[in-house]
Amino acid sequence: MDLVSILAESTRSAFGPIAAIYALAAIGLNLHFGYTGLLNFGQVGFMLVGAYGVGISVELFGLPLLVGFGVGLACAFLLALLLGIPTLRLRADYLAITTIAAAEVLRLVYRAGFAEPLTGGVYGLQNLSDGFRSINPFDPGERYGWGALAYNGNHMWVLVVTWGLVAVMCGLVWMLMHSPWGRVIKGIREDEEAVRSLGKNVFAYKMQILVLGGLVGALAGCMLAVYQASIQPDQFKPQVTFFLWVILLLGGAGRVFGPVLGAMAFWFLMNFTDGVLRGLGSMGLLPFLDGPDYGAIQLAFVGLLLVLLIVFRPQGLIGDRKEMLINVK
Amino acid sequence: MSSDEMGSSAGVEVDRMAGAVPEPGSVKSDPILVADRVRRSFGGLTAVDVRRLEVQRGTITALIGPNGAGKSTLFNLLTGFDRVDQGDWTFQGSKINGKPGHKVARAGMVRTFQLTKALTRMSVLDNMLLGAQDQFGERMAGAFLRSVWGRQERANTVRALELLERFKLIDKREDMAGSLSGGQRKLLEMARALMTDPAMIMLDEPMAGVNPALVQSLLGHITSLRDEGKTVLFVEHDMDVIMGISDWIVVLAQGQVIAEGTPSDIRSNKQVIDAYLGAQDVDEAGSADE
Repeated sequence: MDLVSILAESTRSAFGPIAAIYALAAIGLNLHFGYTGLLNFGQVGFMLVGAYGVGISVELFGLPLLVGFGVGLACAFLLALLLGIPTLRLRADYLAITTIAAAEVLRLVYRAGFAEPLTGGVYGLQNLSDGFRSINPFDPGERYGWGALAYNGNHMWVLVVTWGLVAVMCGLVWMLMHSPWGRVIKGIREDEEAVRSLGKNVFAYKMQILVLGGLVGALAGCMLAVYQASIQPDQFKPQVTFFLWVILLLGGAGRVFGPVLGAMAFWFLMNFTDGVLRGLGSMGLLPFLDGPDYGAIQLAFVGLLLVLLIVFRPQGLIGDRKEMLINVK
Repeated sequence: MSSDEMGSSAGVEVDRMAGAVPEPGSVKSDPILVADRVRRSFGGLTAVDVRRLEVQRGTITALIGPNGAGKSTLFNLLTGFDRVDQGDWTFQGSKINGKPGHKVARAGMVRTFQLTKALTRMSVLDNMLLGAQDQFGERMAGAFLRSVWGRQERANTVRALELLERFKLIDKREDMAGSLSGGQRKLLEMARALMTDPAMIMLDEPMAGVNPALVQSLLGHITSLRDEGKTVLFVEHDMDVIMGISDWIVVLAQGQVIAEGTPSDIRSNKQVIDAYLGAQDVDEAGSADE
């Protein structure tokens, strides 16, 4: 087992495009849960409508990529309104139930036979990144970076743009949360009745944040479509949402850089545990496991690491332990 | 219904109430809040059925009654925190029934809660600043224009610190509200409510769970609010407290106003004594207890 190359590969994925895309989606979730306390268990639904906004506009209608992004974001806006209007006046659990169901319904509808002319059904959509690659300042034939931390030109371009978006969103979140608007939002997380009694329209604030976080999630979906150049409905399963939750809790909810660090740590751990398991397997130390079993064991392994994290560092990597220990209400 | 004749003793109280008749639904000379036929039932149980209630401007009015009398429900209805079945009420002359809680607060009627709602993971100062009204920076787009809201924020901070000074919380301004004691949280909640600059402040059991030493200081704060011209309506259980500071007392039982009057009127009102201590009549005592 070559531990050095496993470490190198894990580090490479921690900075790679997928980590950046998940960081972006987790920033949206952080707006929902970390700052406002909204239980969104369907963030993947926002990613899905974002990705398909790009996919359908670009592949089916041959529209420019930027229009595709616009369509994806518009769909996310509508989705947030549809989810929020009936549920945000109710107790927090209703949003949780509605979002998890809506995200799964969306996936099933997008993959259904009747939607095939538009969405490509189970086959999804292909050839989505030509527009993006045509403005690629990097040479696709070359590798950029140092040693193991090198990416080919196309991936480098996605990586730079996505991490750039992550940086912009972090700045945006920081500005919002250090404003009186952010104070109201955090007040809602603590006790929305109290905030209402001080003359704030709690419903409107929750709606704004649901839309905003959803748009950020959709942006992540758009970048996923661009990165992969193709999308299939089945990559938007509920587990993506739960990966995002893990990322958020791992990094630290309610912190600007929590989702970013969380995404990097998460993809590092995923690849590291995978590499170690496969390494042990190839040395013949895991005779009871077959190739496909590694995935299952690896997820359990990551789960164990997370349990340890919650026990020993409940506030996440950069959370404030003092804040965690204050008993809410 | 009415027991004593008007114009009893105690010069100050009579002055503020301008000789209102001590009977349920009594008409006040300068009412800030007027409620008419307010009704709320939960299933078959009628929790509140108030025919008429007027609250005199610039007074401390207490709302008392046995457990389950509907005091908190009435509070929630009047402040827009619960939906009413029927009824109209006006505040400072304009209709506010059917308005949601935040609009009632903006109209100048602010409330506190029986179970104190300090925003625990925010600093005491942030709790206070949340009370300030019409903040440009509280709009989503406005949040990005620090140069615009900065000035307002500084003015609000000055006002918040003044209030914290007055409520003796100034040393705690940077602490998390969750680290305050129960009594300090009550003080913070009251100070935060004042930050909205209300005309009327509704206190839901302000003394509940507060140690006796702090009760005196809370009472002092409540009387000083009235002396500044604000109207106070509060729910309370402790009879000594109520008798000591109220200008007017409204007694609720089984959702209805059964008596109104100055403390001395109420003290001698037979119906009130029955409602509180249980009437000789077995039937009435049983139902007043629910």
